[in-house]
Amino acid sequence: MSGWFSALATALDPLCGPFGVFTLLGGDGLVSCGASGWGDEIAFGVKVTVTLAIATLPVGLLLGFLIALAAQSEDRLLRAAVGIYTTIFRGLPELLTLFIVYYGLQLLIQSALGWFGIEQRIEINAFLAGMIALAVVFSSYASEVLLSAFRAIPRGQYEAGDALGLHRSRTMVLIIMPQLIRIALPGLGNLWMILLKDTAYVSIIGLADIVRQTGIAARVSKEAFFFYFLACLIYLALAIISSFGLGFIERWARRGEVRR
Amino acid sequence: MSHVQELVAARPAPPEPRRPLTATRIVALVILGLWAALAVAMLAMMVTGWDEAKFLRYGPRYLSGLATTVTLVGEAIILGAILSLPLAFARMSNNRVLRGIAYSYVYVFRGTPLLAQLFLIYYGLGSFRPQLEAVGLWWFFREAWYCGLLSLTLNTAAYQAEILRGAIQSVPRGQYEGAAALGLPKSVAFRKVILPQALIVALRPYGNEIILMIKGSAVVAIVTVYDLMGETRYAFSRTFDYQTYLWAAILYLAIVETLRHIWAWLEARLTRHLKR
Repeated sequence: MSGWFSALATALDPLCGPFGVFTLLGGDGLVSCGASGWGDEIAFGVKVTVTLAIATLPVGLLLGFLIALAAQSEDRLLRAAVGIYTTIFRGLPELLTLFIVYYGLQLLIQSALGWFGIEQRIEINAFLAGMIALAVVFSSYASEVLLSAFRAIPRGQYEAGDALGLHRSRTMVLIIMPQLIRIALPGLGNLWMILLKDTAYVSIIGLADIVRQTGIAARVSKEAFFFYFLACLIYLALAIISSFGLGFIERWARRGEVRR
Repeated sequence: MSHVQELVAARPAPPEPRRPLTATRIVALVILGLWAALAVAMLAMMVTGWDEAKFLRYGPRYLSGLATTVTLVGEAIILGAILSLPLAFARMSNNRVLRGIAYSYVYVFRGTPLLAQLFLIYYGLGSFRPQLEAVGLWWFFREAWYCGLLSLTLNTAAYQAEILRGAIQSVPRGQYEGAAALGLPKSVAFRKVILPQALIVALRPYGNEIILMIKGSAVVAIVTVYDLMGETRYAFSRTFDYQTYLWAAILYLAIVETLRHIWAWLEARLTRHLKR
């Protein structure tokens, strides 16, 4: 069964499958999908970029949601605590955040191991570091979007939930969330586009994403313009696909609204 | 007849209700404790790892990096603003070709990462050395600084064009009609009626764009421009001292927070006639 699935996945691979872009247009040239061309390496980079963005999204959304909840709490201390978080991570350049997470985590784990008497050089996974850094940045922006969406929902909605005798969490899931998603979707869609572009930074800490793979291809083949142009085109294609997907999700979220 | 002989004696205020230790408070205290621990750890790191030689050696470099970042972003923002004007008008024009060109420019520059754009300009165009030498532009594309400036300018022009277009289109039609009814020529109406209102709408997005540029400008460090990030990477590669990144973080946060406060003040000042 799994072999069948993987065969199907290979057949439908949009880049290097039998009907893939690189297979059809690459021929035997620079972007062909064999040992001679760079098509398969770049296809791998696309996979890494997309995986990283998709893996970051739920973490960032969840964190952002929790922060938005905390930011509208009545407790002053809690608001201050998350205020520090958003101020820091919205003020730091993404690149610097990435370095701080990447080297900081290594240092932290090394010193923690040092306490237990284990002296060892640790290299943490670039994917994990990239994911954490991007999720942290994403969540601090997402919290602002979600916070303004929360503010757009009238108090009466919560009171109606109370009047129906629903538990707080049920009110949140059944009444608030559907409206929240609808209001926050355009903002979150923008943040997804930004996240997709920000994944390019992980190439600097050595993860084999689109920019890194095209960069290697550019250096080896000496066709820098062609390969970096290709990288831009791929990002553009991803952005176009995302905007189609987001349009679809937005229509889905608004399916309950009365058509006027 | 009776009347009140003496007033009711003042009673002491009711005691402050004791705030119970709810789950929210515990979470808040835990998070604040984490921040405090982090701050203490950072301070301890800076105190124990204090090295006067390093400070004297890299301190001035950080300051020059800071100046580089500020100059780079300032120039890019100004050049981008100039470039964004025709773009915004092309985007709003009735000519379909012009509109299409401006739209695709904006879409391409907003849809691709700044890093890829920078690499395309620095390494990509740099690979056409003979051709560039033939047209006498090699001096420009040879320098990482100019390439960084060019890519930041092109990038911010796309964003600023959208800000400007959104702001101009947010001015209601009645304003144009009012100006026309007063017999103002279109150019004067635009300069004296539309633009002032549009710029107030655009003020906040412009502030955000400048902050985004300051953060985005860190990528030029990758193509060997010694801005704040570049100096940080240089210092780290020499010392392998984690503090280098912390100092950079403090400096970046300081710039962004200063700018944010200046902008909030500016906005409050410029929109004081709109407050009710």
